Amino acid sequence: MKLKHSLKLSLAALAIAMALPWSQAQAQTRGGTLSMIVQPEPPILIPALNQQGPTQFITGKIYESLLTYSFDLKPQPGLAKSWDASPDGLSYTFHLEEGVKWHDGQPFTADDVVFSLSEMLPKVHARARVILTQFVDSVSKVDDHTVTIKLKTAFPAFMLMFEPGFAPMMPKHIYAGTDYATNPANQKPVGTGPFMFQEWKRGEYVKLVRNPNYWKPGKPYLDELVFNVIPDSASRAVAFERGSVDVLRGGDVDNVDVRRLRALEGVQYTTQGWEMFSPQAYLIFNMRKPPFDNVKVRQAVMAAMNRKLVVDNIFFGLGKVSTGPFVATEMFYDKNVPPYTFDMKKARALIKESGIKPGDYTIRQLSFPYGSTWDRLGEYTKQALEQLGFNVDVLSTDAGGWASGTGNWDFDLTTSFVYQYGDPALGVQRLYVASNNVKGSPFANVQGYVNPEVDKLWLAAASEVDTAKRQALYSQIQTTLVNDVANGYLVDMEFPTLYRGKIKNLVKTAIGLNESFDDVYIEK
Amino acid sequence: MKFLSFFASRVGKALLVVLGVVVINFFLIRLAPGDPAAVLAGQSGAGDAAYVAQLRTQFGLDQPLLTQLALYLRGVVQLDLGFSYRNHVPVLDLIVERLPATFLLMFCAFVFSLVLGVLLGVVAAKARYRNKRRWIDSAVTSGALLLYATPLFWLSLMGILLFSVILGWLPAFGMETVGSRLTGLDRALDIAQHLVLPTVTLGCFFMAVYVRLTRASMLEVIGMDFVKTARAKGVGPGRVIRAHVLRNALLPVITFAGIQLGQMAGGAVLTETVFAWPGIGRLMFDALLQRDYQLLLGIFLVTSILVVAFNLVTDVAYRLVDPRIAAGGTQGASA
Repeated sequence: MKLKHSLKLSLAALAIAMALPWSQAQAQTRGGTLSMIVQPEPPILIPALNQQGPTQFITGKIYESLLTYSFDLKPQPGLAKSWDASPDGLSYTFHLEEGVKWHDGQPFTADDVVFSLSEMLPKVHARARVILTQFVDSVSKVDDHTVTIKLKTAFPAFMLMFEPGFAPMMPKHIYAGTDYATNPANQKPVGTGPFMFQEWKRGEYVKLVRNPNYWKPGKPYLDELVFNVIPDSASRAVAFERGSVDVLRGGDVDNVDVRRLRALEGVQYTTQGWEMFSPQAYLIFNMRKPPFDNVKVRQAVMAAMNRKLVVDNIFFGLGKVSTGPFVATEMFYDKNVPPYTFDMKKARALIKESGIKPGDYTIRQLSFPYGSTWDRLGEYTKQALEQLGFNVDVLSTDAGGWASGTGNWDFDLTTSFVYQYGDPALGVQRLYVASNNVKGSPFANVQGYVNPEVDKLWLAAASEVDTAKRQALYSQIQTTLVNDVANGYLVDMEFPTLYRGKIKNLVKTAIGLNESFDDVYIEK
Repeated sequence: MKFLSFFASRVGKALLVVLGVVVINFFLIRLAPGDPAAVLAGQSGAGDAAYVAQLRTQFGLDQPLLTQLALYLRGVVQLDLGFSYRNHVPVLDLIVERLPATFLLMFCAFVFSLVLGVLLGVVAAKARYRNKRRWIDSAVTSGALLLYATPLFWLSLMGILLFSVILGWLPAFGMETVGSRLTGLDRALDIAQHLVLPTVTLGCFFMAVYVRLTRASMLEVIGMDFVKTARAKGVGPGRVIRAHVLRNALLPVITFAGIQLGQMAGGAVLTETVFAWPGIGRLMFDALLQRDYQLLLGIFLVTSILVVAFNLVTDVAYRLVDPRIAAGGTQGASA
């Protein structure tokens, strides 16, 4: 028995050693400053109040959630050291770490969890509030270190929402009973994470320092994290090239620069760490009016788009051609759904079948104002439409104009990308169900896709506890959405992370650089 | 007395201008599609309709437009520029935080362009007038023309490429080295290093303007009778240039200096962006993209006050350089 145990251990050690040939071979070095870029500059460093990517990137070091996730989206311990779920999927119990303290010295307890999940987040967190108000029946404290959450209906995706960006634990003793938005404490974030807020010079940098009382003994290894604000993308590339910053996050530099920077000496590259977010780029056809109310026309446009060319020449190879509404890293992705193929002849035939005259229409194409990649994609889309005989009017705009134009359905065609959040019930469903066919937000059913059959499938799948049955439902949904061209699926996007080779343990989970960095160290 | 009444009437007009700027801008920025709530929801990657409505109420956007304007103006009179709900900070704090960096860059670029511009202009004019070393004149004027025509962003990127990437002499971004914990003189030196590239890029355009203005104006004045008289009565050549020619040639330069100051007070968005300089131009640009109405209005207000103030200074400077303007009273030039 004993022998067996030690054999197992040494096998495990061997496996680790093989997987990480040298990073684990030597002890982690302590100390050092990790210099990074935050782009664009976040407006505030309170993750409950703002959910922009950059906010999550920085606050992931200051605040923690109950869990985090491995690359294959399995829950890993966070502030909860263990958890149980009832077989009917209606009740979850989290056992919290003991001895955890907020940065101001107050103890972190079940009261903070109850406050965060039942009071603060349902009110102010753009994404969490939807789930917490829709599915959660009650959040109750069992004792100081145990919390039980009861759901109204089973919702298996629930276990995927406990990462620091989605469900950050907020301090009750600071926020309870205050106006969250104007609380002066918002200027000095207090979390439980391995790094504490030190200084924010707006327009220049954010600096975090090591939390000496972090609850994981001996961690974190780094002394300081610096997030530089560099608004120009060419200057960001230069900063990395010169060694002023050690890490480039996906989107920090244009795709065209990635290949060059990747070739620099001592630079490491990975596309891991985005599994939780799984962004997809797609076309949105406004189906409320001609010509895109006609499914044949939408199919024709997709047949006229050479998506391989889009990936290779517009995204510079950073991505894969989408096969359907779920990206390939999404749970319940079905690779057997028949994809779109690039075929101009078929596209023209489809237009003929549709019975419309493309020359009668001027397509109002709303540009997607997020940088040169999207500009090129917009130009290519225009070209494809023109090849089919449409007139195209490209409407230039900025981020605010896009959000308002898309959210208020004032367009014929536009581009977008969304995070899919691992489980389709969290990130994909919202784009297709009829109940989300409302004005006001660009991340709803803005295309006006109405299909009561599919609505029923979504509803059933979201609360199906049996994985095989859930898969069957989602496969059916994927096939239908592709046939209906409920959106024009383009690219499963990949975001590159570039970093100096001496930095270890940088990307270890499905939330990548949004992780707490308690394990990260710089080799001397 | 005359000066005082001139000053008072100027200040009165200035206040009207500032009020006009605020009211017009208030309506103008609302013409842009989208509002802060929509932008915020967009950037969160989510946001149901109820959430967006909740944000609108919080931002006070559900009130009638005129009520919003009245509330804003009442706040301004009490020196309260409002609260930036996007940044969760009072507007005034955000602006005040950025002003030192703006002023520093502005001052350096101003001095750089004015001093070098006038100096080179004088050198060129002298060479041309004396008909000796005409090549100096050609070199300076064509150099100035080149700078005048070069786009700012190109110049700044090339500056970074040459001095930061290739030669490694100067830092590429920021206002000081982050985390260096320098104090006193060391810190000043560090900031000075960071200042070089932005100052030069920002100053180049106006330097070229000053070169050409000074040169043309000098050549015009240098042939006048009073200059000949000065020379005839035995004033030294250096003093003739400085006290007689340059002083009289300086008026157009001052006009442009006033314009330059006003323009730079509005922020040098491009320079600040490329060099990651934490000035007010970037704050304004971000506020515009995020539809942060309160912040944007606050910046417009502060910069318009600055522009008006600089115009006032220009007017006073005219009177100092050319006493005839003060004597003439009403014929005071305006910028």
